Amino acid sequence: MRILLIDDSKTMRNIQKSVLKQLGYNELEEACDGQDALNKIGSFKPELCLVDWNMPVMDGLTFVKTFRETDKSTPLIMVTTEAEKSRVIEAIKAGVNNYVVKPFTPDLLSERITETLSKCGANS
Amino acid sequence: MDASFITPFMTSIQNVFSTMFQLPVEIGEPRIKTDSKTSHDVSGIIGVSGEMVGTIVLSMPIDAAESIVALFTGMEMLADSDDFADAVGELINMISGNAKAEFQRKSVSISCPSVVIGAGHRVASSSNIPCVLIPCNTDCGEVVLEVALRNATETASTSTSTAA
Repeated sequence: MRILLIDDSKTMRNIQKSVLKQLGYNELEEACDGQDALNKIGSFKPELCLVDWNMPVMDGLTFVKTFRETDKSTPLIMVTTEAEKSRVIEAIKAGVNNYVVKPFTPDLLSERITETLSKCGANS
Repeated sequence: MDASFITPFMTSIQNVFSTMFQLPVEIGEPRIKTDSKTSHDVSGIIGVSGEMVGTIVLSMPIDAAESIVALFTGMEMLADSDDFADAVGELINMISGNAKAEFQRKSVSISCPSVVIGAGHRVASSSNIPCVLIPCNTDCGEVVLEVALRNATETASTSTSTAA
């Protein structure tokens, strides 16, 4: 399964990569902001995206809205420090399938990924 | 400063450090900052805007910061590497974001983090915002959270600048 990690922090992308590799996912691509992600989607064709909210150039919410204009089905998980209920609702309305608040444990991230793929009917 | 502005940061740093790398944090007695110098040589900085304005700084001695970053990333790295700054920035981002969630009734945004490393640097913010130092004792050494926040409607203009 191809998974795109979108976060401006390399540290956070490395932590996510470590969790995903433990889950057996090795086809991973990284993007440092929403625009970088949009540039890579055409060639990488992700089957799941983990998206941060606060990023320079293009934030995660704008990415989600833009992505959903043409792709209604690829699962998106927002992984962010934005923990307010209003933000979660805003992200879900924009089209994310699940939400993980930083800080998170590896177990929690694993659970949310498995849950999301299961709900969206994606093959792992 | 309203005490309700401070307590979310105490619980937040404990939550972030324990969740991400199982490092317990013992909170010391908060006190008002009386000079402009940062407490230590490594500063992770976040700006706050919206209905609250100000600056949050995670200030760490280099040795403690290198130990904490090693726990966080699982890799030893020196303070002059780009990855070290990235990790410190992500720490203050999580601490600030987590604390911000406690201000549910206010519309507040946080900036992308900046990191300054160097002896004797200062982080200057508006002089009309009192800054509270929160000492945090860990097995890696003492780090300090510097919280300078006020309601945006409380008067006067706000400016924030960083000087190394």
